[in-house]
Amino acid sequence: MTDQQKPSALSRRRFLEIGSATGVGLFVGFHIPVRSRFSPLAASAELNAFIHIGTDEVVTIFVNESEMGQGVLTSLPMILADELEADWSKIQSKHAPADSAKFGRQGTGGSSSVRVGYPNLRKAGAAAREMLIAAAAEEWDVDPATCNADNGSVVHPASRRRLTFGKLAAKAATQTPPDDPPLKDPKDFRFIGKPMNRIDTPAKVRATAEFGIDVRVPGMLTAQVVHSPVFGGTVRSFDATQALAVKGVRHVVQIPSGVAVVADNFWAATKGRDALSVTWDEGAHAGLSSSTITQMCQDLVENGADARNDGNAESALEAASQKLEAVYEVPYLAHATMEPMNCTADVRADRCEVWAPTQSPSSTKSVAQRITGLAEDRVSVLTTFMGGGFGRRSATDFVEDAVHTSKAVGKPVKVIWTREDDTRDGHYRPTTYNRMLAGLGADGQPVAWIHKIAGPSILDSFGRELRNGIDGSSVEGASNIPYGIPNVHVTYALASLPIPVHWWRSVGSSQNAYVTECFVDELAAAARQDPVEFRLGLMGEHKRHARVLQTAARMAQWGSRPPDGRARGVAVHESFGSFVAEVAEVSVANDGTVRVHRVWCAVDCGDVVNPATIKDQMESGIAYGLSAALYGKVEIRDGRAVQSNFHDYPVVRMNEMPRVDVEIVTSGDPMGGIGEPGTPPIAPAVCNAIYAATGKRIRRLPIGKVV
Amino acid sequence: MPQYTLTVNGERRSVNVPEDTPLLWVLRDELGLSGTKFGCGIGQCRACTVHLDGSAIFSCQLPVASVAGKSVTTIEGLSPDGTHPLQQAWIRVDVSQCGYCQPGQIMTAADLLAKNPNPADEEIDAWMSVNICRCGTYNRIRQAIKEAAKEMAE
Repeated sequence: MTDQQKPSALSRRRFLEIGSATGVGLFVGFHIPVRSRFSPLAASAELNAFIHIGTDEVVTIFVNESEMGQGVLTSLPMILADELEADWSKIQSKHAPADSAKFGRQGTGGSSSVRVGYPNLRKAGAAAREMLIAAAAEEWDVDPATCNADNGSVVHPASRRRLTFGKLAAKAATQTPPDDPPLKDPKDFRFIGKPMNRIDTPAKVRATAEFGIDVRVPGMLTAQVVHSPVFGGTVRSFDATQALAVKGVRHVVQIPSGVAVVADNFWAATKGRDALSVTWDEGAHAGLSSSTITQMCQDLVENGADARNDGNAESALEAASQKLEAVYEVPYLAHATMEPMNCTADVRADRCEVWAPTQSPSSTKSVAQRITGLAEDRVSVLTTFMGGGFGRRSATDFVEDAVHTSKAVGKPVKVIWTREDDTRDGHYRPTTYNRMLAGLGADGQPVAWIHKIAGPSILDSFGRELRNGIDGSSVEGASNIPYGIPNVHVTYALASLPIPVHWWRSVGSSQNAYVTECFVDELAAAARQDPVEFRLGLMGEHKRHARVLQTAARMAQWGSRPPDGRARGVAVHESFGSFVAEVAEVSVANDGTVRVHRVWCAVDCGDVVNPATIKDQMESGIAYGLSAALYGKVEIRDGRAVQSNFHDYPVVRMNEMPRVDVEIVTSGDPMGGIGEPGTPPIAPAVCNAIYAATGKRIRRLPIGKVV
Repeated sequence: MPQYTLTVNGERRSVNVPEDTPLLWVLRDELGLSGTKFGCGIGQCRACTVHLDGSAIFSCQLPVASVAGKSVTTIEGLSPDGTHPLQQAWIRVDVSQCGYCQPGQIMTAADLLAKNPNPADEEIDAWMSVNICRCGTYNRIRQAIKEAAKEMAE
C-alpha cells in the first residue's frame, strides 16, 4: 500500500471527497445481507463496498473489514480485482470509514470476511468491469459484446483498440450499474486461488503503516485512564493535587470507567498517574477469587440447561460395560494483542472524530454518538492498522475512554492503555469447568457421552438474556461433536460473574475442542484403539472431518515411530465452517518442560481465495493456541486480575515455536472461515501427545510443567 | 526541564524532557518517530528495539539521560530508503501479519547479522527469542533472516 490512511483532519476530508462520488472516478456500491457476530439479534444487515478507479489508473478498494493481521486488505481486493480484470500492481486497499449509509454495518469477527464478502465482491468487481466495457463500447461505437476487459484495460480485438481503466473511469461512472453482471468462470481466475503476497507488507516493514497508537492530531493530548482494580468497582473520590503538579499533566478528570490523567505526552501521563491518589468503592466483588469461581461452577454444573440431548445418555452410561469420568478446566485468558488498547478522539461541540484500531467501526460510531449526543453525520470513525485483534478489538471500552476524556477536556485526546491495563481489564476468554462422562460397550464402541459445562457466558456479560439457559458460544464445538455416539447429553450452566468475558480467537471452540478432543482420546485409550482409527470409526457422515484427519495423519506419518524421546497426539475440530486436524509432536523433559517440535495441520475451508493467507492463519492460530495451552491464564484474587504483563502472562517465543506444515484439502464444499479455526485443535493435540509421551492426562490448562 | 542532545538516524536532535523519560517516548512523542513500538514497557516484548551505538537495545527501559550524546538508529533510519536487505527479505518472504512487532524484530535481526553474518538456525532462535510476535510469524522471520544473510554475503 503506497498511501496509508493518515488519520488527520486533512485526510479525513480526502476520504469524504473520494466518497462523494462527485469527482472523477467510478463507484460501485452493492447491498448484501451479512451474517455477523456483531449483530447476533439481526438475521441480516446491509453492507456496501466501493471501488474507486482514478485517472491515474490506481484502483482503490475500500475494505469494509478490519485488517488485524488476517489479511483482508489483500484477500478481499483479490476477489474484486479478479472479476474487474484489474492490473494487480495498480491495486491499493484502504479501510473504509465507518458509514452505515454507504457500507452497512461494519464489524469484523467470526472468521467471516472472505466467506461473507466473496459472492458480493465478485459481483461488484464484475459490475464495474461491465460498466468500463460499456463506456469503451460507447467511445468506440461498437457492440459491448465485442469488447473485453484485460489487465486494467478494455480492448476491442477486432479493431485492436485499447483504453485503460483510468481513461474510461469518468465515462464508466455515468453507466447504469448492471444488476446481474456475468461472473467469470473460476477456471479463468487470475488471483483467486493463487498465493498472493500481502499488499500491506512493505508499509509494515518500513514502518510507514499507521497503527492506532501512532495517530497524531494537531493539539492532541495523551491520556492514561486508571480503572478500578476490582472488577465492578467505582471511584469514590480522588485527589489530583500531586498528579497535576507533574510537569506536562494538563487535566485530571473523572470519566465513567475511572480517572483520566491527561498530559502533553505518554511519559507525563505515566508520572501523573503514579502521583494520582484514587479511593475506590470496591463494590460487591472484592472477595472473588479463582477458587471461589471454581467452587461456584462446581455447585452449578449438575443443573445446566440442555444444549443437546439425544437418546438417554444417563441410562446408557449406567448400562455401559466401561465407564469413564473426568473433570476438565480452562482458565480466563487475556488476548494480549501486541499493540495495547488505544483510541484517539476529538470531540467538539458540533462534531466528533475518532481514530480507532477497531474490529467494530460501527459500534465505535454508535458509542461516540451515544456519549456525545451528536447525530450520525456529525461523527466520523476511521479504522487504523491494528497490532492484533483476536476479538479484543471488537469491544469498545477503550473507545469510550477516549471519547469521554476528549469530551471532558475539549481537546483531541489519545488514550493509551498500558500493558498492565490491557491484561487486567477483563474481556477475557471465559473460564469453564467441565464434567465429562462416557460409557463404552463391550466392543469398545462409545454408547454414551455426557458433557456438563459451567462457566460465565459472553451473552450474559453483554447483559443479554440467555434463551433457554444456553449461550450458543458456550457450547459451540461441544454440542456438535463429529462422533456418531447414540446417546449424547450436553448441558450448560451459567455462572454469572462481574468479570467481563468476550470473544477470544475461536471463542467457545477454544475451550470445547480441548475438552472434547482430549476426552475422546481418553475413550480411544480405554477402548485400546489407535486415536486416529478410533475417531475415524465414529465419524460416519462427517466426511470433511474424516478427510482432514486422514490428511494430517498422512502428513505426520502417523503410526510410524517418532524420533527418540518424542510422541505424537492428534485432534480434529470444526469451527466457523472450516475443518482442521492437527498432529503435534512433543517431548517432555525430565523437569517436566514441554517442547512442541512439529505440528502438521490439514485444513478444509472449502473454496480458497488466498492459499498463502490460509497457511499463515493456520500457523498463526497454532502459535496463539499454543501460547494459551502452555502458559495462558488470568487468575483472580481479591476481585482483581493477578497477571499483568508478559513476565507473568508468557507467550510462545521463537525458540518455542514448532515447525508447522500446512496442507489445504480442497473439497469444493462451501467456504469456511480462516482466522480462527487453526486455534482450537492445538491444545488437545499437544495434550494428547503429552499423554502418549508420559501416560499423564492434562485435564487443566495451562499445561505448565508436566509433573 | 533538562536538554539532551543525541544523534538519531544520523541527525543531531535536542529534546527538553525529564531525565527519566524512556528513549522510546522521546522517539515517539518528541521526535515523531512512531516506527518504534510500545508493547509492554518492561523490556519483555522488545517491540521497542532500536540500535544504540550500533547494538540492539530496548528503548522502553532506557532513560534519555543515559543515552545523551550517543547515536540511535530506529527502523526509519535502518536504510535511507527502506531497502535494507532484511526489509527486502521480509517483503519477499511476506513475514508480516498484523505487523506491529516487525520493526522491533527487524532491528533485533539487523544487530544479529552485524555480529554474526551467517547464523545457524539455533543461533537465530536464541538471539530472536527476546522479541514477541503474537501472530506467530516466527518461522517466516527465521526464513527471512537467512535469506537476508545470504544476500548480504553475496
